[in-house]
Amino acid sequence: MKARTFGRHLREGSKSLGRNGWMTFASASAVTVTLLLVGVFFMLMMNLNHIAKLIENDVEIRVHVDAAATADDRKAMKEKLDAIKQVDTVTFSSKDKELKDLINSMGDEGQAFEPFEQQNPLNDVFVVKTKEPTDVAKVAKQIEKYPYAAKVQYGQDQVEKLFKVLKVARNIGVVLILGLLFTAMFLISNTIKITIVARREEIEIMRLVGATNSFIRWPFFIEGLFLGVLGSIVPIAVIIGVYSVLYNEVQPKFDGFFELLPAFPFVLQVSLLLLLIGGLIGMWGSTLSIRKFLRK
Amino acid sequence: MIEMQNVYKTYPNGVKAINGISIKINQGEFAYIVGPSGAGKSTFIKMMYREEKPSSGNIIVNGANVAKIKDSRVPIFRRHIGVVFQDFKLLPKLTVYENIAFALEVIEQSPEEIKKRVLEVLELVKLKGKMDSFPDELSGGEQQRVSIARSIVNSPKVVIADEPTGNLDPETSWEIMDIFEEINKRDTTILMATHNREIVNTIRKRVIAIENGNVVRDEVRGEYGYEG
Repeated sequence: MKARTFGRHLREGSKSLGRNGWMTFASASAVTVTLLLVGVFFMLMMNLNHIAKLIENDVEIRVHVDAAATADDRKAMKEKLDAIKQVDTVTFSSKDKELKDLINSMGDEGQAFEPFEQQNPLNDVFVVKTKEPTDVAKVAKQIEKYPYAAKVQYGQDQVEKLFKVLKVARNIGVVLILGLLFTAMFLISNTIKITIVARREEIEIMRLVGATNSFIRWPFFIEGLFLGVLGSIVPIAVIIGVYSVLYNEVQPKFDGFFELLPAFPFVLQVSLLLLLIGGLIGMWGSTLSIRKFLRK
Repeated sequence: MIEMQNVYKTYPNGVKAINGISIKINQGEFAYIVGPSGAGKSTFIKMMYREEKPSSGNIIVNGANVAKIKDSRVPIFRRHIGVVFQDFKLLPKLTVYENIAFALEVIEQSPEEIKKRVLEVLELVKLKGKMDSFPDELSGGEQQRVSIARSIVNSPKVVIADEPTGNLDPETSWEIMDIFEEINKRDTTILMATHNREIVNTIRKRVIAIENGNVVRDEVRGEYGYEG
């Protein structure tokens, strides 16, 4: 393609954005709304995923060892625990360490436990982590049957519920995002179709005087791209703004209650993704619409 | 040169528009296509610039077999044919100059060449003074002249006109015919479908009458031959 021709396509593509002012506004708004929703959902899901992973990684089984167990019994038990195929790591924590942890975790009030240092009432503990957090319940049940396993603790019901909720939330999120993307594509292709119908005469004349199909297609292609990119500006700005505030202002107030993905690479990635989605659906929409007019 | 060999056209809905036409029109000829409405005139015309494909038979226009041109080559084929319609088909948002230049822009001519050619044809249709007007500021006759200018701006060998005077008053119609005759003098073949009895009977040219998809009459200096 000649440079002059490409310049003409660019000019024509952008000119018709202004020419069909309201149509442009409508299409870009459709993209904006959709991308905004996609962006928010994406952010939410990525962070939920992030938080879930953190919690998942924290899930552990605490096996309290019966006080009657000898050192050999403990050793045998560790070997048995290591042998379970879903198990990732097994860490031994002596009862003295347990008491110290307890005292430390209580802060000032922990001093009340200090007298117990001489006669520690706690058990030795094996801290078991599974490879897959979802295996925790199954593994815990299995360990309960072992000799000298006095008590097996894990966040039982809460953990199971959390996993169920997260799984459902994740699936719903994915379905919603896919649905929204599809809706956006449909909307754009429809709006560009209207633009093209409005310029049907022009296309007809172009065909009549011998313009090639690709020549006719290009300005619409560019127009679609512009529409998509135009529509992604507001969502990107909103996401950068809102997420920065969330990360820098809101999160510290909750003080470690939850942890968001760091703002810097994340908002950039989301912005790029939105820009890409906007551009792609714009071009895809226009290609879809123009095809009908170029048959024969 | 245009040549039709045993051409049939049946539309997908079963309508038989053309039933075995064979005809030859030499380069530089001027021919009227006449006949009642629904006789097949429009189909006949449309096949000439490959708006419709024949169902069978050959149509040779400018050495190319219209029936066999690949879809992707149609634009190239059309660059050697000018088409004029009853309703002008001008772009309302472009000026007279731009409307004509449009035909050269879309086939990627250089700006200098475009300017030169557009001014030439504007001269021919006597609209140089109105080149910056928009179509809705022009009379019907002037708009048709713009449309003719556009059809000949890329120097086609054949100009096909489908009822070019259909929307114009008699006075204006004569002006349009003057222009067609002028173009014809430059060795451009002109094929014109018309219902205008006055014109056909006054400006005597070859007359091809079509009825029920067949050529029923073909006279060198013919008459319109239908009532009113």
